Order: sequence, then C-alpha cells, then structure tokens
Amino acid sequence: MSEQKLQSQTVQTTGHAWDGDLQEYNNPLPAWWVYTFYATVIFSIVYWIIYPSWPIGKNWIGGVSKITYVNSEGETKTHSWNTRALLLKDLNKAAVEQKPYFDKVSAMSYEQIAKDPEMNGFILSSGKTLFADNCAPCHQAGGQGMVGFFPNLTDDDWLYGGSFDAIHTTLTGGRRGYMPSFNEVLEGGQIDQLANYVASLSGIQHDGAKAAAGNALFHGNAAACYVCHGSDAKGRKEIGAPNLTDNIWLWADVPATEAQGKVAVIRGVIANGLNKGVMPAWADRLSPEQIKVLTVYVHELGGGQ
Amino acid sequence: MNFNFKHEWIETNIGLMAVLTMIAISVGGLVEIAPLFFIDKTIEKVEGVRPYTPLEQRGRDIYIREGCYTCHSQMIRPFRDEKLRYGHYSLAAESQYDHPFQWGSKRTGPDLARVGAKYSNEWHVQHLVAPRSMVPESVMPNYPWLLSTPLDISDTAARLEALRKVGVPYSATQAEHDANVTQFGETVAKQLHIPDAQKNLVEQANFGNYDGDRSGISEMDALVAYLQVLGTMVDFSKYADDAFVDDR
Repeated sequence: MSEQKLQSQTVQTTGHAWDGDLQEYNNPLPAWWVYTFYATVIFSIVYWIIYPSWPIGKNWIGGVSKITYVNSEGETKTHSWNTRALLLKDLNKAAVEQKPYFDKVSAMSYEQIAKDPEMNGFILSSGKTLFADNCAPCHQAGGQGMVGFFPNLTDDDWLYGGSFDAIHTTLTGGRRGYMPSFNEVLEGGQIDQLANYVASLSGIQHDGAKAAAGNALFHGNAAACYVCHGSDAKGRKEIGAPNLTDNIWLWADVPATEAQGKVAVIRGVIANGLNKGVMPAWADRLSPEQIKVLTVYVHELGGGQ
Repeated sequence: MNFNFKHEWIETNIGLMAVLTMIAISVGGLVEIAPLFFIDKTIEKVEGVRPYTPLEQRGRDIYIREGCYTCHSQMIRPFRDEKLRYGHYSLAAESQYDHPFQWGSKRTGPDLARVGAKYSNEWHVQHLVAPRSMVPESVMPNYPWLLSTPLDISDTAARLEALRKVGVPYSATQAEHDANVTQFGETVAKQLHIPDAQKNLVEQANFGNYDGDRSGISEMDALVAYLQVLGTMVDFSKYADDAFVDDR
C-alpha cells in the first residue's frame, strides 16, 4: 500500500476515478519496447533496399541484392533477388557437382557404365532416388511389381524386352497393354479349351482332351492366338505379347488358388481381353541422362538381358 | 506532454480509434494485395492453360468434397528438392481458373500439382480404392465408394454457370463461344460451352473410361480425369528454364 502511494505521487494518472478511488496510471511505454519498435522500422527499411519491395505502377522495386545464374541456353544472367532466380543458382551449383558423372553417363555405352565400378555406384545411388520417386508407386520399392497390375522388374521375364535399348524405349515412350476380347469370336467351350491349353503350356494341371482341342484353336485362324503370342507361345516382345510357357503370370496369376481356379482366370482373360497395363511416358518428365541412369538401374535390378 | 495529450485524445474517442485502427491494418492489405491487380506480371503469360472440361470440373468438385486438400497441396515451390521430386514449380497462371485454388501448405501426402500423366488410370483407381495395396507405407484412407457411386451429372451445366459468374470463361452464348474459339481453339472451346456440358461430360467419360468400367460413369471417372490433367496443360519444353524469373 505504501509503495502504491509512492508511485501515485511520481506517476501521472489518467485523471479519472471510478467507484470513488479506482485510478489508472498513465505510465510511458517501456524503453525496451520503444527501441525494439524503432529497430523493426530500421530493419524494414534495410529489407526494402535489399529485396524486392515496393510496387511502382505496373512493376516493383527489385532491390539491390542480385543473383547470377546460367540458364538452359547457356547464357549467364543477373537478376534482382527472387526465389525463382535462386532456384536456378542452386540448380547450377548441383549441376556443376554432378556434371562429371552425367557427362560420363552421356558419353559411355550402357555396357561400359554397367562394368565401371565408380559409375555403378553413381547409378545405384542416383537411380535409387529416381526409382523411388517415379517408378516405385507402381513397380514397388524393390521393383518386384504387383501381380494383376504391374510387372516384376527383377526377374528375367520381360513383356517388351530386357535389353538396355528395350528398357530405354519403354521408359521414354511408355507402353500400353492390349489384348482383344474373344467372347464374341469364340464360344464358351472353345474359350475353355484354349484356357486348358494355355495352362498346359506352363505345366498347370489341366484337362488333356480340352488342351488338345485348344492347341488346334491356338494355332488355327479362328482364334489366331499365334499371331501375337507366336507359334511357340513364347510371346512377341515387339508388341508386348507375353510368353505363355514360363509359368510367370502378370494378369492371370491368383496366388494359392487351385489349378481349376487358375484355368478359370485364364478363361476370363481370353473372354474379356485386356485393356490395361499402361506405363506412362517419361520423356517429358525426366532428362535424357536421368532416363539413361534409370535404364541401367532397372537393368541391374536382376533381370537385365 | 504534447505526445501524451494526443494519445489520450485517441484513446478516449472510441469512434476515432476504430477508424484509425482500420486505416492502420488496411495498409498491410493494400500494400500486399492491391498491387497484384495492377502489376502486369502477376499471372505469367504461358500457352495451354484452359478451364477444366465438365468431367474434370466434376472431378475437382469431388476432390474438394472428399477433402483431398487437407493432406495434398497443389503448389510446387521453387526449391531444388521440390523440382527434383515434383517437376517445374507451379505458376500462378496454372491456377488462374481454379475457384478456389488448391495451393495449400499442408502436406501429409505428396504435392499433386503435376501428378497428371505420372501414373496410369489403373493405378489411380486401385490406389484410391485401397491405397496400401499400391503404396504399403501410405496413411491415406480408402475411398472405395468413388468406384460404386454413379456420378450425378444432372447439375453439370449449373456448376459451370456458377464458375462463369466468377469469371471462368465458360461460354453461355454463341458470342462467348466464338471468343473461346479464338482464345483456346476449336476443340477446347467446344468443351467450355455450357449448353453442351452434360453431353461433353458423357462423351469424355465414355471415351476415356478412366475407371476401367464401361457400364456407367462413376465418381471415380471424374476424379481420375481431374487428377490426370493436373499440371499437364503447360508444355515447359517450349520455355527456357529462366522464362519465368522476370515475373517475380
């Protein structure tokens, strides 16, 4: 109480009294607050000078801070600070560090890259990131694919070929799987016979008599399966028609089902056809060097030919 | 002493204080927002950006209805890591017909600004029905009803009309249609004509068959059509990598 009395003698009040004796001090702002306020004012003025700030008509003041970068045309340019110029500068710096490797990637043949231990290390580390960002959502983290959706990249069975060039073509332009439906061309019994024949090619339990009839259909002109899958049923990589003799199934495999179930699934594919198996094209999204890195990476996953 | 007097004068006149407070806080808005309407370079001049087709627009409505934006942004920032993962940074021009835009800053899932054409339709359908069947570590919820719910197309024209009212160049009259032909070309202009909206939607859905099921048009058809167009309108190979530096 005595302290308050002391203060009331030295500090002004607002002059009002409520409820008889309630008064309000009129203290000045604390010095630390006032000086912090002045400091922020000075900071903003410095900021205006360095960075883009005030709008003037249809443009704005760029600021004295400059960024120098090299653009894709190879021209060196200087621009007032902004995040887009800063990005190009960052990319230039990374490009310089990676240039020796990417130059080698461009210059070397696939076989040379695959045999060079240092390049192999580069492919493994940069390819892994590229694969995780772009390929893993479909082909899964290890490239094992997913039955019924996306092919396994780690085995030696390839729809479109497992050579460096074939993988490169697939990555660049994408792929689109297609098989016509046969339920209007063939009768149900014939489709069943064909399914048994296809099962027999991979050693799946089947009905021998039906398979023999299916064999004739496969190589005959009514169904003409051989046109795409080849007379040996080993497929034609140039059109992505799969090998039917290796017991590796992308569309028709149903893990843990009995032979009868597998024949039924094969029957379904023949009857309804397939219009899926779409692989997007990466030419617009990735650089030629990145596609080359990925080509070698995918080739090295286990099944490269 | 003089200072104290003025201060008190404001504090004891509540009407005056309200007016002065409003003036003070509008300065921030005026300085940061108003110039964007006058500065020429706010929306970059690029070719290819067009309003969504009726089917894509319905997909966008479903995207918003399901709250996809609560986990996915559509704004690639100009940073090296984002460029490497998602592609070219987003331009203001690319969302000029979005009402509201889906920029966002909350990324529980990845940015979707350039997800178009990155995966197959089949992947999108399976991933939306059961995300973990495609991406084991995903925390995205399942959206199985998109595949089984028929798309309500009865109000397609009304939805485009609402967007036309806020400035999206969907055409209601022949004159507006002709203007769109000049601006976007015949093929796009046809898609933007409101009287044909429902017909165009059905045509695109049947032709694209986005959900892999030809028996009808589901909400999945619309959503996948929308996702597949995101970020694909501008062909960046036509522009130098510093073409948009001067716009900021």
